[in-house]
Amino acid sequence: MKIDLFITCLNDALFPQTGLAMARLLRRLGHQVRFNEAQTCCGQMHFNTGYQREALPLIRKFVNDFRNAEVIVAPSGSCVAFVRDLYPKAAEWAGDDDLLREVTELGKRTYELSEFLIKVLKVEDVGAYYPHRVTYHPTCHAARLLRVGDAPLRLLKNVRGLTLVELPASEQCCGFGGTFSVKNPETSTAMLADKVQSVMSTGAECCTAGDNSCLMHIGGGLSRLQSGVGVVHLAEILASTESMSAGSSETIGAMQVSAEALL
Amino acid sequence: MTSEARLEILTRIHRAAAGPNLEIERPPIPASTRQRAEIVAQFAEYAAEYRAEVHRASGADLPALLAGLLSGQNVLIPEGFPAQLFPQPATHKPQTTHADLAAYDAVLTTCAVAIAETGTVVLDHGAGQGRRALTLIPDWHVCVVRSEQVVDSVPEAVAALQAAVLAGRPLTWISGPSATSDIELSRVEGVHGPRRLSIVVVD
Amino acid sequence: MSAGGIHPARPFPEAARDTLQDAQMRRNLKHATTTIREKRFRAVAELPDWEALRTRGAELKDAALSDLAEQLLTLETAVKRRGGQVHWARDAAEACRIVTDLAASHGAREIIKVKSITSDEIELNAALEKRGIQAIETDLAELIVQLAGDTPSHILVPAIHKNRAEIRDLFRRKLGAELLTDEPKVLAEAARLYLREKFLSTKVAVSGANFAIAESGTVCIVESEGNGRMCLTLPDVLISVMGIEKVLPQWADIAPFMQLLPRSSTAERMNPYTSFWSGVTPGDGPQEFHLVLLDNGRTDVLADEAARQTLRCIRCSACLNVCPVYERAGGHAYGSVYPGPIGAILTPQLLQLEDENANTLPWASSLCGACYDACPVKINIPEILIYLRGQITPHKSHNLENTVESIAMKTAAWIFNEPFRFEGALKLARTGQGPLVQHGAIHALPGLLGGWTSSRNLPPFPAKSFRELWREEGQNDE
Repeated sequence: MKIDLFITCLNDALFPQTGLAMARLLRRLGHQVRFNEAQTCCGQMHFNTGYQREALPLIRKFVNDFRNAEVIVAPSGSCVAFVRDLYPKAAEWAGDDDLLREVTELGKRTYELSEFLIKVLKVEDVGAYYPHRVTYHPTCHAARLLRVGDAPLRLLKNVRGLTLVELPASEQCCGFGGTFSVKNPETSTAMLADKVQSVMSTGAECCTAGDNSCLMHIGGGLSRLQSGVGVVHLAEILASTESMSAGSSETIGAMQVSAEALL
Repeated sequence: MTSEARLEILTRIHRAAAGPNLEIERPPIPASTRQRAEIVAQFAEYAAEYRAEVHRASGADLPALLAGLLSGQNVLIPEGFPAQLFPQPATHKPQTTHADLAAYDAVLTTCAVAIAETGTVVLDHGAGQGRRALTLIPDWHVCVVRSEQVVDSVPEAVAALQAAVLAGRPLTWISGPSATSDIELSRVEGVHGPRRLSIVVVD
Repeated sequence: MSAGGIHPARPFPEAARDTLQDAQMRRNLKHATTTIREKRFRAVAELPDWEALRTRGAELKDAALSDLAEQLLTLETAVKRRGGQVHWARDAAEACRIVTDLAASHGAREIIKVKSITSDEIELNAALEKRGIQAIETDLAELIVQLAGDTPSHILVPAIHKNRAEIRDLFRRKLGAELLTDEPKVLAEAARLYLREKFLSTKVAVSGANFAIAESGTVCIVESEGNGRMCLTLPDVLISVMGIEKVLPQWADIAPFMQLLPRSSTAERMNPYTSFWSGVTPGDGPQEFHLVLLDNGRTDVLADEAARQTLRCIRCSACLNVCPVYERAGGHAYGSVYPGPIGAILTPQLLQLEDENANTLPWASSLCGACYDACPVKINIPEILIYLRGQITPHKSHNLENTVESIAMKTAAWIFNEPFRFEGALKLARTGQGPLVQHGAIHALPGLLGGWTSSRNLPPFPAKSFRELWREEGQNDE
């Protein structure tokens, strides 16, 4: 299958290892991957913060950048949910019927990584190896908007060497919510405190999820507490294999923040 | 002023509702496919879960059961309550004041419908049930439910009550005795309504 | 005085701080929301097809709203036919005037009230007080709130923020009750004794309405304690204030709501008491009945197609109990009688998006979506939150914070519109972040972003972005 990578601006700028891991994984499964360098941002931050006028050109740009894609896969439940759920709303609210038609079609071809693996490629065992104790946080948009269900857990259960520990109150939001954490930092912190406590109670070495935005938030809290617990994107776990030296900087790349804070 | 307000509100609604009226289908409520015994048993179980005291009796045993249950009590009987079930003439008269009602220990009524899905009895305040205050002020409500009055679901009950509502009768739906969970969410039975509810299911 | 109204005194982030810093309140809230959440989950699972029921509830409400004028006229005719009187109120002041005039015309010094958020919305108690009439709240929680001179913090459990010890002290002080313990049973008994006398002696009662049936002129009150039945049955005069969106066309339409509401609100199969009445029943209950139909901003909500579904709300409070923001910030932070997710969309709309404090409410959400899943009438709250943010943003006042944010967002959009600008910006950021990075993380950011780094570190920009690495290592498969 020819897959267009939708890397998302946050991953492009801050977490390049996640995008690389996703590409490596999809190639390992025998697919062709492509990154259209014209892509930048889907417009979610603008749209959800209230800057819908500013978001519309970004939505149109996304449609242009991905118009010819066969399938679009992203390492972010949130950005995919935005494309699938809210692009049609954006078009509707703007009264643009042509855009509505296009984004509805585009939405059907856009997938979050774990649902793409389970629902489209129908693989549960991607041949990964990750010898760590891991807990999984189901991000809100993947769980409630995309309904990925247990897709990420099924993938994680098939990773060799990985010990999966259940996260208590996992369905609770971590409090990131994009600009919510900036506009309501105290409330967001109160939510984060509970999430961080839950993660630490599992005794896991790291917390994984399908979204680096949530992981940046949870990881930021874990790092501030010098907890020694890291965060790592699901794509990076699934991309890890036995042939890669375990514990290499790439494997636990996203854990670096907390690890270095401990030094 | 109110006619002016009426006109303005209606005008605003007309201006606001841009789309066409949404038509809605109202298919008839399908009758339950469950066995009657099962439905009645669930009603009894759920009513008991809401701390109603549930008794079951055959038609023949009912008078004795009621006599035993209410012996020594000052019982209020609404007009139309079947005399053969409780051999005491109706004690309720229309002029009975609220303060008079408070002097009774218990009130004994029939009901209009009972609901298995929720353990609810519904009064339509027809014969044998009395006006609303009768089942509100005395501290103990004893309600006789004939097993054929128990329906499976809430929609079935709503359908069964249609005639009473369209005739302008009030309804009181009762699920267990008065209760509150306002203090730390711990349930307390008996705030303002009858603190004791007994349901007698007659097979 | 459980007044309240819908005009927040402060912006949400500021108001939230009070509860966030109150350890007792936080514990009470967490206990309450967690308990109801778990109970609700079980109650909902018991019905065979909850999702179909939610859809039905949404459809019925939408149908009623699409034909609202006709339904209200039918309701009016039916109530009058049954001996009731109908009044129309454009706004809170008009509704208060109608109710106080009616109460005063009966020479009432006291009236008894069934818990009604609509009456709190219009600040009825304060209006009555101005006319020398005291409103006595009869719902236990409302009574607690009223005696404490407090405001409700939850639609369904207004005193959710008070624990038993606080309530015992309050009853000792205000009711002169001799309370040996703080057992809820003992506290409830004290309230029973105090209110019993009021129920038997007060001539005028005021209620809200959960639903009204147009074809039969029937009004419905759903409750637990029996205080509702007392108020609806014993006084001579009953005045019910009802938002115009509460009407349903036919009696049969009530069925799904009697399944949806109790399980969503108190997480019970059915609430202990529900009363239905149509106008006046000769010889039974109040012989004078007034129904006040209230607009107060609702027709503005109706006029907005994208947000109209807000009016489906049946005030169950399921969205509050699942909301992580509500659980931490508490009901008072919303500054309105409508707290939580539904309040965050309803309050600003009822004020035509013109109230600056209310306009901060749509941002009081992480958009986690739990409220939408819980809503028994499928109000897509997250979507409406986003919609309202878009409506409010272009008209925000030009204070420093808003201006800085607006410039930042517009600049970001300009950057994202061209990939070369994006790449350039990343390079600039990498250079610019230098002084902020310590031990591989950013611990403190200036300005608007400072709130973020007060409790979390931020990863720094890496040496190379994805697109740079891709060019070097990856390359597209063709």
